[in-house]
Amino acid sequence: MRICVCVKRVPAPGARINVTDDGLAVDTAHLGFTTSPHEECAVESAVQLVEAHGGTATVLTLGPAEAEEQLRYAASVGMTDGVLLSIAETEWDPQRTARAIAAAIRAIEARDGAFDLVLFGNESADGCNYQVGVRVAHALGRPMVNGAKGLEVRDGVAHVQREVDGGRETYELPLPAAVGIREGINLPRYPTMKGRLASKKAAVQVVAAEGDEGAQRLTRLRRPEERSSTTVMLGQGPEAAPAVVDLLQELGVLR
Amino acid sequence: MSVLVLVEHDRGVLADATLEAMAAARAMASTLGAPVEALCISAQADGLGGVLAAHGAARVHHARHAILTDYGPEAWGEVRAQAVRARAPAAVVACGTGRGNEVLAQAAARLDLPMVAICGSVDPSRHGVTAVAVTRTRWGGSLLEDATASAPTMLLTVAHHAYDAAAPVAPGAGAAAELTVTLDASLARSVVRGRTERAAGVTLSTAPVVVGGGRGVGSADGFAPLQELAELLGGVVGCSRAVTNNGWRNHADQVGQTGTRIAPDVYFACGISGAIQHWVGAMASKNILAINTDKEANIVTKAGYAVIGDLHKVVPAISAEIRRRRGQ
Repeated sequence: MRICVCVKRVPAPGARINVTDDGLAVDTAHLGFTTSPHEECAVESAVQLVEAHGGTATVLTLGPAEAEEQLRYAASVGMTDGVLLSIAETEWDPQRTARAIAAAIRAIEARDGAFDLVLFGNESADGCNYQVGVRVAHALGRPMVNGAKGLEVRDGVAHVQREVDGGRETYELPLPAAVGIREGINLPRYPTMKGRLASKKAAVQVVAAEGDEGAQRLTRLRRPEERSSTTVMLGQGPEAAPAVVDLLQELGVLR
Repeated sequence: MSVLVLVEHDRGVLADATLEAMAAARAMASTLGAPVEALCISAQADGLGGVLAAHGAARVHHARHAILTDYGPEAWGEVRAQAVRARAPAAVVACGTGRGNEVLAQAAARLDLPMVAICGSVDPSRHGVTAVAVTRTRWGGSLLEDATASAPTMLLTVAHHAYDAAAPVAPGAGAAAELTVTLDASLARSVVRGRTERAAGVTLSTAPVVVGGGRGVGSADGFAPLQELAELLGGVVGCSRAVTNNGWRNHADQVGQTGTRIAPDVYFACGISGAIQHWVGAMASKNILAINTDKEANIVTKAGYAVIGDLHKVVPAISAEIRRRRGQ
């Protein structure tokens, strides 16, 4: 089985997200970076599928040169190789991103053969555009279901489960297919020391991304007005219990 | 030129989110001086014309086809793309739910048009009919993005709960119209094949009380007192991403951007620092009570109420006090 997983490098914010003075980007001066959470799970899904069925799993990202860090991390948990579609900016608009990724996957497939599965995250943690995976899948002519909380491959069919109010839906996509993964489908493993060492040697191909610009323009990022709250201190330690229960009574939740 | 709403339904049962999309569409339509129209996909939605008219639809288009036996992202996206080609609306609006975003993205891919996702507000007037200025939410709502987009038909999803789903004073005519669609049989490949139903009961998203634990709980076993307090109050246990990443709780219990958004009457945040990822899932709670050893913790400064202390001592003391007052 041949699998491609598309991931995005995103800031790892703590309690607060600050914006740069020009309002055009997140101020990352004091932030670390990570792989967007849904995509971390997509990587784990791919590694598990390759463990079960054999084959290879390629991790691909579109981002700045530093995004190689996320590709190496994916290699450290079991991905075979990586592709960095490098851009000068930190991100591209969703249409442009999808065009570049679709073109890159076509080029890889022309050279090395088709991917049975292309996996994405449901949406990126920072951009929240909910569309890059769907656009790429359509450009490649593959069926796609987003929001997957279950994924198994049997007899050339991807069996996908997704959570809805009151239960789960099941889908059966004939391979080759694309799936958008949601966090919770699995618990991503941590890299082993051996994995970390191997990831330094994993093949990472760097290609300049190519894609026409889309029609959506960011003009400004800003923080929403914060709910001003004065915290009422109910006390310290277990002695505060009566005050807490008084409050519960007042709020009508103690029946 | 109309503003066309995608009617989200599950086998004919209307999703409440559709009414939020109707409200957003009415606001845009009144600025543009255009009518609101709705698009119902599948014969299962035939009965929805009345409620859509009550919410302002001047016209309700029905697309029926043999492969539209259930929800399917590709088939629904293709119907939507054909509706845009046939009707050339000024804008297409859906609510930014899992399905709403997915179907509009499928249509956007087919039409090669931009799609602006999870907008909190839309202003079509500033840039004319073929362009809009929007404010959309990023990072699960902890950051806002002002953006512009231009396209012959603007494709938008609105953030869930950003618009009031109440019916307007003036209903629409709700004239029924048939939208003829040509669908390739291959689009059935991503239609829902089956379902498993979950037992009814209090869930994280509907519970009146949620007792949440974070890294400070320390272990899977450490959740026992939280479980006890939740049961005493008819609530459920929730947790932060740090907890699910450590394997202490199942992901189904996670409150946060990548987990569940909760809105209980009371949320106990025990040993939780209050990182963005968690906060955006908990911020709709009506009351938040933080229990934390660190009085400077972000969650303590954001919560309405706080107890400074060790959750392993405070939580059992609260349970004991509840039992004492109940005479148990």
